[in-house]
Amino acid sequence: MLKLFALLAALCICASVGATESYGMPKLDIGKGGQCVAPTEWMRKNHMKVLFRQRDETVHQGIRDGKYSLKNCIECHASLRDNSVIGRPDSFCEGCHRYEAVKIDCFECHSSKRSAALVQEESK
Amino acid sequence: MSDTNVQRRQFLKISVGAAAVAVAPGMLLFDMAHGKSEGVSNKVRWGMLIDTANCAGGCDDCVTACNKENGLSGRLSPTDSQWIRKVELKDMRSGRTLSLPMMCQHCEEPPCVDVCPTAASFKRADGIVLVDRHLCIGCRYCMMACPYKARSFVHEPLHDQKPDVPRGRGTVESCTLCVQRVDKGLQPACAEACPNKSILFGNLNDPDSEISKKIRTVASAQVRADLGLNTGIRYQGL
Repeated sequence: MLKLFALLAALCICASVGATESYGMPKLDIGKGGQCVAPTEWMRKNHMKVLFRQRDETVHQGIRDGKYSLKNCIECHASLRDNSVIGRPDSFCEGCHRYEAVKIDCFECHSSKRSAALVQEESK
Repeated sequence: MSDTNVQRRQFLKISVGAAAVAVAPGMLLFDMAHGKSEGVSNKVRWGMLIDTANCAGGCDDCVTACNKENGLSGRLSPTDSQWIRKVELKDMRSGRTLSLPMMCQHCEEPPCVDVCPTAASFKRADGIVLVDRHLCIGCRYCMMACPYKARSFVHEPLHDQKPDVPRGRGTVESCTLCVQRVDKGLQPACAEACPNKSILFGNLNDPDSEISKKIRTVASAQVRADLGLNTGIRYQGL
């Protein structure tokens, strides 16, 4: 009886762990990655809020050294293959946004490329 | 006064002093480590003085530099953005010709800000007039209100914008006084590119700045001063 109970408990744990990570969640190309400005889980849920706040501070008050800048995101997370956060099903921004069916407006105006890569292209 | 009381006062004075010495550098370091930067303030008002006598006719280095810095195409069709243009003037009676760059005049009382229905068109505390493209709905009232024809509307989808200069379809844009450079402590691209150093950029609010000193000593004029907009761009020899 005890064994059965333990087995059931183990199955439950496996299922719940699987539920958060499976169901076709996109495998993202996170670029350089490394230490993010906030924990991954928190960023998944709140990145848009901090980005919105930072953008208003930058546009209206000229504060350009905040850690939540879109440029910072792209600098670390643009793919090492094409230097972009959009354009492929596993791109850092586009991957999740496709999965969640949320349109990204950012890159109609903002560059999706890592700035270092753009400088290189120009000098060629 | 008793001796103990004096000792007590001295002890208190010394300990308060010691505490201040111990805490102050810590607070300073804390602020530095957290990169607490203050936003722009109205102690500064950015402006330009353009010396038309030095501005060579036919030279468009300022326009080219602006296009390069801000990622503009440089094409001149009616639907292409122009943030700065060279204007050639001629007095028909005397035959005197004049060449000068014309762009957003960064008014103290900007008409474009007055008419904007979404508050997208705004003036920064340091006097730079900008469009917050996140709020702009592309109604183009500001383009009609501007007496200097300084603003452009983006008609076509854009690609490969500069990371520091986001631009996009459906919004209005104009000279930003190279705000991305000014915030870094640099000069606007046009001022830097001018081969004759005809564009003097600086802080109009600082009486010791080069631009303020020059404005005090030479005659300069605002374009359409009759409108009372108090432009940040002034022209010498107009």
